[in-house]
Amino acid sequence: MQNKSLVIVSILVLLGLFIGGGMYYKNLQTQKSIALAKEKALLFERPYSVVVGNKDAKVQLVEFFDPACETCALFHPYVKAILEKYDGDVKLVLRYAPFHENSIHAVKMLLGAKEQGMFMEVLDFMFATQNYWVQHHVVKPKILWQMLGQIKGLDMNKLSEFMKDESKNYIIKQDLEDAKTLDVTKTPGYIVNGKPLQTFGLDNLIELIESEL
Amino acid sequence: MIDSKFLFLSFLIASVATLGSLFFSEVMDFVPCNMCWYQRIFMYPLVLIFLMGILYPDDKVFKYAMPIVMVGLIFSIYHNLLMFGIIPEAAVPCTNGIPCSTKYISWFGFITIPFLSFLAYISIFILMILGRKKN
Repeated sequence: MQNKSLVIVSILVLLGLFIGGGMYYKNLQTQKSIALAKEKALLFERPYSVVVGNKDAKVQLVEFFDPACETCALFHPYVKAILEKYDGDVKLVLRYAPFHENSIHAVKMLLGAKEQGMFMEVLDFMFATQNYWVQHHVVKPKILWQMLGQIKGLDMNKLSEFMKDESKNYIIKQDLEDAKTLDVTKTPGYIVNGKPLQTFGLDNLIELIESEL
Repeated sequence: MIDSKFLFLSFLIASVATLGSLFFSEVMDFVPCNMCWYQRIFMYPLVLIFLMGILYPDDKVFKYAMPIVMVGLIFSIYHNLLMFGIIPEAAVPCTNGIPCSTKYISWFGFITIPFLSFLAYISIFILMILGRKKN
């Protein structure tokens, strides 16, 4: 009789271990996949990234851009129009991809402008005046610097200090690294909710965004 | 007739092997290869045979359980020979699905799932021989 209770207890213990272990393992796997998904989401949008529009928008439009890229400048107003049209449903995440020579200096100036809350003003200005400070696909940082003085409200002394400070350089490095991971080799590189724009073009971009709405 | 302590130990080993193999396939989602299925086929009934032998003792457990243990043991020996590369890969009879030389786990470099199966079969085999009582 003692034998029988021992058998029953051992069966219960084994079954308990099986079910408990199973639940523990599944739980561990779920946590792992959540962590993985978070890490993947970070590829598209870093905590420091410039986000235009509703942060909780359904559609995340990631744009890898270079301030010296002509097509980026051309597309800039259209992208803004898209944001306006689908206000609240689409957000723009701006990522740096300074592929042009010396473009890294222009991006640094943008980062400095962001510190002063003047990011969009300076970016609009850079795109509008691109012809003057980009010559034969090479950025002329000195010309750009002199031109930035025309922008009202931009504190050039502060910006000058920022240019010497290297603590924010990791942002450019990280964005370039993410561009490489995501296989973005040309600017502007658009990714909508994780899906890269396959065939470049404004109509295709709008189509892709609308398919996600 | 098998001594009840030996029988109980055999029952425990068979149960752990059964639940363990189910844990690998159902919880950890490892797909069992053909060879694993044959070893499962001969391990699972042992749990119930040993359980009945403990709850309602008679002198025939050895007779019923031993052939099943022997067949399972032969499969597990063959599988381990495959796993350790002693029988070449080309001789593997299971070509569909998962190859039987796939190593899902490798603890300390030599403990694989087929090795655990072999341990279970060989220890049940030895326990049954040792615990056998002549009437």
